Amino acid sequence: MATTANKATTKQTTVAMTGNAGCALAMKQINPDVVGAYPITPQTTIVEEFANYVANGVVDTEYINVESEHSAMSACIGASAAGARVMTTTSSQGLALMWEELSIASAMRLPIVMHNVNRSLSGPINIHCDHSDSMGARDMGWVQMFGETAQEAYDNTIIAMRVAEHEKVMLPVMIMHDGFITSHAIDRFDVLDDEVVKKFVGEYVPKRALLDTDNPMTFGPFAMPPYYYEQRKAMRVALENAKDVVLKVSKEYGKLSGRTYGLFEEYRLDDAHIAVIVLGSTAGTAKYVVDKLRDKGMKVGLLKPRLFRPFPSAEMADALSHLKAVAVMDRSDSIGAPGGPVYMEVKAALYNTTKRPHVQGYVYGLGGRDTGPDQIETVFGDLQKVARGEEAPREAVTLLGVKE
Amino acid sequence: MSKTKIKTQTKWNIKGIENWGWKKHPLGATIPEAGNAADYKTGGWRSNRPIWDEEKCTNCLICWINCPDSSIRVKDEKWDSFDYDHCKGCGICANVCPTKAITMVEEGGEK
Repeated sequence: MATTANKATTKQTTVAMTGNAGCALAMKQINPDVVGAYPITPQTTIVEEFANYVANGVVDTEYINVESEHSAMSACIGASAAGARVMTTTSSQGLALMWEELSIASAMRLPIVMHNVNRSLSGPINIHCDHSDSMGARDMGWVQMFGETAQEAYDNTIIAMRVAEHEKVMLPVMIMHDGFITSHAIDRFDVLDDEVVKKFVGEYVPKRALLDTDNPMTFGPFAMPPYYYEQRKAMRVALENAKDVVLKVSKEYGKLSGRTYGLFEEYRLDDAHIAVIVLGSTAGTAKYVVDKLRDKGMKVGLLKPRLFRPFPSAEMADALSHLKAVAVMDRSDSIGAPGGPVYMEVKAALYNTTKRPHVQGYVYGLGGRDTGPDQIETVFGDLQKVARGEEAPREAVTLLGVKE
Repeated sequence: MSKTKIKTQTKWNIKGIENWGWKKHPLGATIPEAGNAADYKTGGWRSNRPIWDEEKCTNCLICWINCPDSSIRVKDEKWDSFDYDHCKGCGICANVCPTKAITMVEEGGEK
């Protein structure tokens, strides 16, 4: 399940690039037929860099300049139904404006790949990182994958294309990385050669396409009560299938790159007594804290979710069963709910198991508020008390670092 | 875009579709056959039915041009019949008829 480093079977180049530049590079290497996108902070540099590739003629992509994200996703849906390989990117309010098209893309079973560079939702208006944008879209029938680093953002882009187009999935995939933290910081990472990526993603051969005029068909028809429900069931099954497909494609990718990703990453979790669950860039900070506390002899670990939709409930419950206490840190709040989205999924995953840890919920870093090692140490301090049998020192869900 | 020939169904058999399980429906609710909307009978929506008077009809076919549901059948350039499986009873045909050869009567009423 954990991310493992094995020997790569192909030559790679080490680059110094921002996460967004890495995503644009992956898009260039995939060379999609159509990109319909609208710039929005902090995603802008992906579309800027990709527009450069288009202008310089290094890709064959039809780049559609649209007037809004509503139009961007509409253009992507049309192009994908036509039979094209389609990609786009967005953030925050852009994703919000795509709202009605998101579930149309998934229901029409169109394998569109989209970056959502995580940014808080207005209001108040804010351009910095939290996960409220993509978490709001968690029930839209898209596969959702989170990345911690520029390396993962790059790798996930290439893997996502294969997952989306897999015959057992045929659903759009949304890939996330943290706005500014991962998107704009220059990171050192390894990239595959163009030819290797081209071979890995292969040629997209649609099984149904509007441009196949010899076989005319209707996309997106009205479905009355006798038909709608069965389509939703088919989507649920396909999304569940994505779990195995993500593992299979990630394994194949691991053979090429030496980087094999699982459904989630376990960091020093095997013999841990307490652990933190956190996704995105904060997992990097949490690893630093885990190492620091391990040096002091504390049995601490980390679980970093990668796949959020479909949520790997059974696998995660299994990976957490030996722990005494777990803290789930959410970079978004589900206001009015018992806690953040990851917290609720983890708790639900554990409820029907016999051997399960105590679960404590935390919300952190909303609107780009910095989350340093000290905050994560506080969380581990709380868990230690719970593990010792003391009463949980906080409410069910704590808003970490908020000024009272 | 792939140049590979795409294989799809030519005639879509929708027998018993109301009771199909989720696996039997085409991916993403696509309809893999052109023009099969004709198989979907919508005439049941109608509350008023058009009737035709052969004596008054001059076969000008203005009704045929104006019918929004293609529910006026023409044979050998002459008025033939109403397609009651698809006619919604909107009354446009009766309204545009210059010789009042088409009149609307209540469904379930006198023929």
